[in-house]
Amino acid sequence: MAFLVAVAIAIVRMKDLFAVIMLSGIYGLLSASFFVAMDAVDVAFTEASVGAGISTLLMLVAITMTGRTENPSRHKPLLALAVVTVTGSLLIYGTLDMPYFGLAQDPVHLHVAPRYINDSMQEVGVPNIVTSVLASYRAFDTFGEVVVIFTAGMGVLALLSVVRHPKDIAEIDSINKSMHEEHLILRIVAKMLIPFILLFALYVQFHGDYGPGGGFQAGVIFAAAIILYAMLFGMSTARRVINQSFIQMFAAIGVLLYGSVGVISLLNGKNFLDYSALSVDPVAGQHLGILLIELGVGFTVTAVMVIIFFNFAGRRKDQQNKEKNEP
Amino acid sequence: MIMGLYNYWVVVVLMMVGFYIVIAHGNLIKKIVGLSIFQTSVFIFYISMAKVDGGTAPILAEGIKQYSNPLPHVLILTAIVVGIATTALGLALAVRIKEAYGSIEEEEIQEKDNLDC
Repeated sequence: MAFLVAVAIAIVRMKDLFAVIMLSGIYGLLSASFFVAMDAVDVAFTEASVGAGISTLLMLVAITMTGRTENPSRHKPLLALAVVTVTGSLLIYGTLDMPYFGLAQDPVHLHVAPRYINDSMQEVGVPNIVTSVLASYRAFDTFGEVVVIFTAGMGVLALLSVVRHPKDIAEIDSINKSMHEEHLILRIVAKMLIPFILLFALYVQFHGDYGPGGGFQAGVIFAAAIILYAMLFGMSTARRVINQSFIQMFAAIGVLLYGSVGVISLLNGKNFLDYSALSVDPVAGQHLGILLIELGVGFTVTAVMVIIFFNFAGRRKDQQNKEKNEP
Repeated sequence: MIMGLYNYWVVVVLMMVGFYIVIAHGNLIKKIVGLSIFQTSVFIFYISMAKVDGGTAPILAEGIKQYSNPLPHVLILTAIVVGIATTALGLALAVRIKEAYGSIEEEEIQEKDNLDC
């Protein structure tokens, strides 16, 4: 915990954005290990792949476009510091009334949660309570989250996507060939690693019912493998492997799959996203439902992460080309 | 008391550090990093609340009586992934601002705007 504070303060002091972003990656990893200590294995999994992996990467791509140093600000930080101190001390004063950390009879643990812990095995039949709550009891919320992710992906697409002329593609190709000899070792190692990363993502996807994991984590890991490939073999090669319109369709398919599971249970006379309608045996129905919607979540998350990365990186390439042509 | 509330205090400190970055720094990328620190502090807050002494991870197994509370885990798990999606959207906006204004420093952007008027 003290490490987290130290890293956060270092982030405030740094002017070099590259160092700031690296530190925020470390910060993500530290908070992931904290989550493991707090028994939140699923959350730690997500944070490690998102906070320490993808977000660091996206920020790095962003600073290659926006410049890496920060101007010293001219206005006085004292006012801001005062506001922060006052708010902080008020919040600390607020914590004095809070129940102590880790007690089993805290109000948080007395409502709703016991039901999940005691009954989820009979009702849903999935050992990982986090998965059963995420995908079954609170499936409606999760549907909302997936739509938010989808919307964010579309937003990035709207902000950054570029119409590509055939001439540009040829040019990128020639750049690609010239750097073919570089990064040889990295490329070979990556070539060996990528199948395992993909396999691991699939394991996480389908094993989410029994161990930590699920659609969100699997999606991020899967996307990480694709992004690794794109980084080492060049954007145009990656574009040839994964078609842009195909991946966009994939993002939509994920959301639609999730939604249609809900609609099917409606048509069968149960509530929206009530999976017991999917099969004669309610528990088997729950299993099927969770599997399908986790798949939907996985599709959308993978597709959106890949879309975001491709658009950022594609934008950068275009910028470089423009700069080369202009002077 | 110190041990009982230590986690919450760290959360408050982290939250304030993030808040400070957001209000005191002019660089848009730095602001986004600050926001994500703020966000993580909220995650830590929820996960700390979910912890039960002597409990284990909420995956049902034989012979275990005490589990940590799974509900906050679910909320935060989805929040993290939504967080990265919104962060990406913020970065995309920053990139577009850089293209339109040639800078991501708040003050310079303000100056350009004032000149245009």
